[in-house]
Order: sequence, then structure tokens, then C-alpha cells
Amino acid sequence: MTESALAELSDSLFSVSVALYSVALVAFCAQLAFGRRTERTREVVGASASASGGVLLDDAPQAAPRPAGGTDQGNRWGAIAIGVTALGALAHTGVLVTRGMAVDRLPWGNMYEFATAVVLVAVVAYTGLALRTPNLRHIGVFVLGPVVLALVAIGLGLYTEAAPVVAALRSYWLAIHVSAAILGFGVFMVSGIASVLYLVRSRPGADAGTGFVSRLPSADVLDRLAHRTAVFGFPIWTFAVIAGAIWAEAAWGRFWGWDPKETWSFVAWVVYAAYLHARTTAGWRGRPAAWVNVVGLAVMIFNLTFVNLVSTGLHSYADVG
Amino acid sequence: MLLRWWRRLTAMRTAIILLFLLALAAVPGSLLPQRSLSRNAVTRYFADHPDLAPVLDRLYLFDVFSSPWFAAVYLLLFISLIGCVIPRALEHFRALRTPPPPAPRNLLRLPDSGRLDSPLAPAPALDAVEEELRVRRFRVVRRETARGPELSAEKGYLKETGNLLFHLSLLALLLGLAGGKLWGYEGSILVTEGQGFCNTFQQYDTYSSGPLVDSDDLSSLCVDLDQFRAEYEENLTASSFTADIRYGEPNGEDRATTIGVNDPLRIDGDRVYVTGHGFTPCFTVQIPGGSSFDDVCAPFLPTDQTTLASEGALKLPDLGAGQDDQLAIEGFFAPTGLMQGGLLTSIDPRPLAPQVAIIAYQGYLGLDSGLPQSVYSLDATQIERGRLTEVGAANLSVGETLDLPDGTQVTFSGYKEFAALQYSHDPGQLWVLGSAIALLAGLLGLLLLRRERVFARAEAAADGGGTVLSLASLTRGGGESRPRFTALSDDLRDALATAASRTAPDPEVPSRD
Repeated sequence: MTESALAELSDSLFSVSVALYSVALVAFCAQLAFGRRTERTREVVGASASASGGVLLDDAPQAAPRPAGGTDQGNRWGAIAIGVTALGALAHTGVLVTRGMAVDRLPWGNMYEFATAVVLVAVVAYTGLALRTPNLRHIGVFVLGPVVLALVAIGLGLYTEAAPVVAALRSYWLAIHVSAAILGFGVFMVSGIASVLYLVRSRPGADAGTGFVSRLPSADVLDRLAHRTAVFGFPIWTFAVIAGAIWAEAAWGRFWGWDPKETWSFVAWVVYAAYLHARTTAGWRGRPAAWVNVVGLAVMIFNLTFVNLVSTGLHSYADVG
Repeated sequence: MLLRWWRRLTAMRTAIILLFLLALAAVPGSLLPQRSLSRNAVTRYFADHPDLAPVLDRLYLFDVFSSPWFAAVYLLLFISLIGCVIPRALEHFRALRTPPPPAPRNLLRLPDSGRLDSPLAPAPALDAVEEELRVRRFRVVRRETARGPELSAEKGYLKETGNLLFHLSLLALLLGLAGGKLWGYEGSILVTEGQGFCNTFQQYDTYSSGPLVDSDDLSSLCVDLDQFRAEYEENLTASSFTADIRYGEPNGEDRATTIGVNDPLRIDGDRVYVTGHGFTPCFTVQIPGGSSFDDVCAPFLPTDQTTLASEGALKLPDLGAGQDDQLAIEGFFAPTGLMQGGLLTSIDPRPLAPQVAIIAYQGYLGLDSGLPQSVYSLDATQIERGRLTEVGAANLSVGETLDLPDGTQVTFSGYKEFAALQYSHDPGQLWVLGSAIALLAGLLGLLLLRRERVFARAEAAADGGGTVLSLASLTRGGGESRPRFTALSDDLRDALATAASRTAPDPEVPSRD
């Protein structure tokens, strides 16, 4: 296949993945509508279902027998939704693979490619978690919703033709630094969404009523999901910043120069460090800590959008264009 | 009183607030132009906001990262960090040498606890548990108490080691950063092909140095630029910049190498970078009456990075005739020139059809007036005063000549390329890198390892046969301790069963309910 055909295929796959994610979004909506309220007892994230006897555990987690009725229908919708999401992620991966083959380099040389990859990481991270913990399928709407919105915004606002990158980006550090940044960002995205949902779920009176709020996983599960993903993302982000500094030393003549991108990456790092501390500090646990995490995600998004599009700095070749 | 303040400063809550302040303090540094990044942008801001800018300047908002208030925030944070980490380090050091603490009185009150029945006697039952825990790399201590034999086990000391390493590395990193700022320096210079420079502050176009740098301490190194090459893709994206250089001690032996983007020259803690490039047009000036200046060149600064359209000036103060007979050429260089509406523009960064548009001036340049002037433009006040007058203008290709009224001939004789080189010395760099790696290692240990205590107490079963083991675990840092405890007790039950079958071939199976 010629390079231009590959580039076109990449663009078509982008539309395909948006369409698939939209279908998955509808299926997640259906699950939320037809499914029943979540069971408290099965809400341990990543818990291995160990129901063997022998040890007398007070308050042991046990798989409660499922009442028949609307549940199965809801579950079926959930399974369909996860399946379609996985298909979408496959097409989404195809976008990047074909783009990379078309330009013969790693497909994260500009903001369009970078943002597309970040969203893919978020989808894959969420799908992986939801496969392990079916209960998390109930938040699919709130992950896929932002994903579809983000992809549409990326497609309309950031689209860049397949093209070679400037000399400064031709370094193996592109693979190391940018991959780590994409991975960290995508994981933080899932974490931030979980914290937003936690804030909604942990409001007083959220348990009452039959609205969607009561169908969300419990506040505990959401809080733990947010924390675990942040714990996973933080070292990756730290590494991304360090790798960026090493690359900057070779490319720009200094390892740290308070370029706007560097400054905001540092701000994000400090905010996530504050979140991890806050979660274990009396008086900050719970909602205040979750707010810190949400601020962290806001900083990450600001760092991607405002810093690239508005301010001028050395990272500006990652700009639209 | 002092102690109370110290406690407050070193409390975690204060640390979180200081972290926030630090994040917040960095923000204006990215929203307002900074002197450290671009002096021109700051000057422009002063021109655009003449009322606001001086106020902001007084608040150090154009030098955020070297401002006293930014320093205050991070110094407070680091004092808080020291106050938090040092006691913890001492405590950790003590904990490393003390055995795990005795089991709590009522094990079954702990959230992760349970009972295991075994046909074994209390001591062998605990033996089996101990062996299983040792396999899992727990440190185990057995104690005899009034309530029966018991066992305390602990693992994951490395988690706290990682925690301390992470925080101490942060301190080390800051020290390295400070050292680099105090003893480091950086100089930039434009070097045209065939020319060179030596590492002294007098030679650099611009330089900055730390307060503890003694200009005598600069390493003596000279660099000559032989050739510069820029390569482009079909769509004119720059694919590589390389400079062939020779370097060595002055009057010493030269060594040749090639440096480029992402590939600086590194020698003994010093680095030489290519940070930009451009063109240096050359002219031959023929004075009526015989004397001629061959191939006098001046670098022109690119005004457009995509087409490398450049502007600059050539000043000839010493033509011989006198102070008011100086000659200057101000002009525009296009690597690939195209006339558009009577104006010369550049359409390609490669020198495919180099052209210049020049204006020639004669008169007094004002170079010895004592006021500094730019190398790249003429002093406009001399033109306004009429001391410097325009005597001719032309668009020239290579080899073409502009004839001035007095008979002087200015010929565009050709061009060379120049490279913008940067010489950097940062003694803190490796220290910072080492700290950063230690920081990451500490962080991984801190986040991935788990600190866990397990307690077990063996009591003879009420019916006389076998043992009832009370088991409990405590995990620092929370997380999902429940499933892990379940898995551990499952394994312990299996271990007990195996041990029982070893000692008694036909074990009594205890009733499970």
C-alpha cells in the first residue's frame, strides 16, 4: 500500500472508531437504564472471587445470588457495550498503526497523533479494568462519553495531515519520552473520571432514589479506582518528565528551562503528588483528595490544549499544523 | 512555642498546602513572558502594557523562577520535608533492627482476621505457619505469652526505604540544581563557516553565568566551524542540521567531529550545541581609486524559520577616507529569491537561487559614539540625523554589482552558512540525573511494595484435639487487604493440612462450619 493510501486508511479508521465508540456509548446507556442497582457485596475492585470455606471471615465478600429479571438484560447490554468498545479500541489502534506506517515513524509527532494516542490509552485502561471487574461497566457511559467528545474535538480541531517531523523530534527519545507521557496522561484520565464520579456518588443522599447516581458503583470502589490508577500513572508521569529533561539536555542545551510545557508538567506532577499525600492524610481523605485529583486532570488537559495552542514555547512544534 | 511552629510546618497538611502553593507559584511563570526564556518578549510586554508591566516587574513576575517568593515556597516545602523525613528515617532505622511487635490482645478484632483449625499441636502448627511466612519473605518472631504461643511477622521494610529514598532524592535533586545554577555558565555565538571561537566570555554574543563562576576557571577550548549542512524533506520540513567542527585547546591539536540536533559535543562536563543556523552573505567592495575589500561577510538573522528569509547589515567603518566616508549595507537575504510585486521574498530555505535586496548608505555609522548598537541593523538615529544617507539600492543575484554614485562598486559575491552555537557548563547535571533516577527507584518501591504484618496465636482446641489458630494481618497504606488476607489464609490452611498429613498419615478432618 502506498503511503498516501495508508494515511487515508488511518483517517477512515478514525471515523470508524468514533462510530464504534458511539455505539458502545448507547449500549452503556441501555445497561444503565435496564440494569439494576449495583450490589454492595461484589464491589471489590479486582477482587479474586475466592469463596472457599475453611476460614471464618467476619463480613466475608460473597457472590450474592443474582435475582432474575431486568438484571440479565442489563448485563447483556453491558457485555455488548464492552465488546463494541474493544472493537473500537482495535480500530483506534489501527488509526495509529496505519498513520505510523504512512509516515514511517512513531505516530506521535504532533498534537493530533498525541491526543489520539492518549484517548486510546484511556479506553484500553478502562476496558481492561472493566473486564476484570464487571461492576465497573456501570461507569462506561462516563468514560465513553468524554472519549467520544474528545475524539470528535481532536478530529475537528487538531487534525494534521500525515507528514514528517522536524529534526529535533528525530530521536529515540521520542519513543521513550512521548510514549511515557501518553501512557501517564491516559491513565490519569481514567483516574480523573473516577474521582469526578466519586464526587457525584459520595454526595449526601446519593444512595436514595433510583436515578443513575444510585446505579454507579459505590463511592468506595470509585475512590479506590481513582487512587489505584493515579498510583499507576504517577511513576510513569515522573519518568516522562525525567526522560523529557534528559532529551531536552541533548536537544535544547539544558535539562530544565521552565518552558511552558515543562512548567505545566511540573505543576501536574506536584498536584498528583499532593493527591497521593492527601489521600493518606487526616482531614484530606475522601472528597478533598478527590478534588485534588480532578484539579490534576484539569492541569493535564490545560497542558495539552492551552500550552500547545496559545502559549509559545519550545514544544510548539507539537502544535496543530 | 517554637516547637509548635515546627510541628505545624512539618505536618503533612502543611506539606500538601505548600505543594499547592508551589504549583500555583509556577503558573504565572508560564503565562507571562520570562526574562530567562526571552528578553525580547518581556520588552514587548513592557511596550504593550506600559502601566501594568512595572508593577508586575516589582513582584518579580518576569523572573518567577528566580524570585524570592518562589524560593520561599520551595525552601519552606523542603524544610517541611526534612522535618518530616529525618524523624521517619531514624524511626525506620530503628524498626529495621527491632523485631516485629507482639500480637495485639484480641486478634479477631482486627478487620482482616480469622480462625484456622488444625489437628496439630500448637507448636508444630505455628511451625508450619512460620515456614509458610518465611517463604513469603516475612521476618518472623515467636513469643510465648500467657495466652499461648504466638507469632509476629512483618515484611515490606523496603517500602519505607523507598519512601525515604524518594524524599531524600528530592532534596539531592534540589542541591544539584542549585549547584548547577551557582557554578554553571552558558554562552551563545554565531559562527560562520571557516570561523571559530574560544571559550571566553568576551567572545560570546550573549552569555549568562552563575554567581560563583570565575571567568578564569572557564575551560580553555576553541571550536572552529568547517561546514554546516541543513537537509530538508520534500515538503521542506528540516530533517537534519549538522555541523562539522574542529575543537581543542588553543594552540593545541585539533580534533574533528560532527555535531547536530540531538547530538551535541560532550567533553569533560562541557557541551557544545547547534541551536540554529542561517546565512552569511558576502560582498566585495571596490573603492574608486584602487583599494578593494574582498568577500567581507556578515551573518543575517533569519526572520522566517520556514523560508530562512533573513535580515542583517554589513558595516565598513574603515574604508580609509575618513570618519564621514564610512559605508554600510543593510539588506534582506533570500536563499531562494522570488520577486513578488516588486519585493524580494524567499520561497525555500535551501540556497537554490540566493538573492539579496540591499540599500547602501554612506556617512558616519556612529560605532565609536559609545552607545552599543546591534550588529544586525544600522543605527536609525544616524539616518534620521542625516549623518548616514542612502546612496543606492538594488536586488542582486550572486555576481551582480550595485554601482554607487561615487563610483564605488558593491558586488554580491556569494554566501556562507552560519551556525548558532551554544557552549554550556553545568556541574550539577550528573548529580541531578543521579538524584532523578534514585527518586524514580524510591517511588517505585514506595508505590509497588506493601508493608504487611501478620500475627498468629495458637490455642489448644476446646475439645482437646488439635489447635485453634487465630490469624490477623495489618497492611499499612490500606488498599484491598481483604482478598490478599483470604489468599494468605487459604495457603496457610493448605500448609497446615500438608504438615498434618506428614505427621499423621490418617488425619482427622476437623469439621468445617
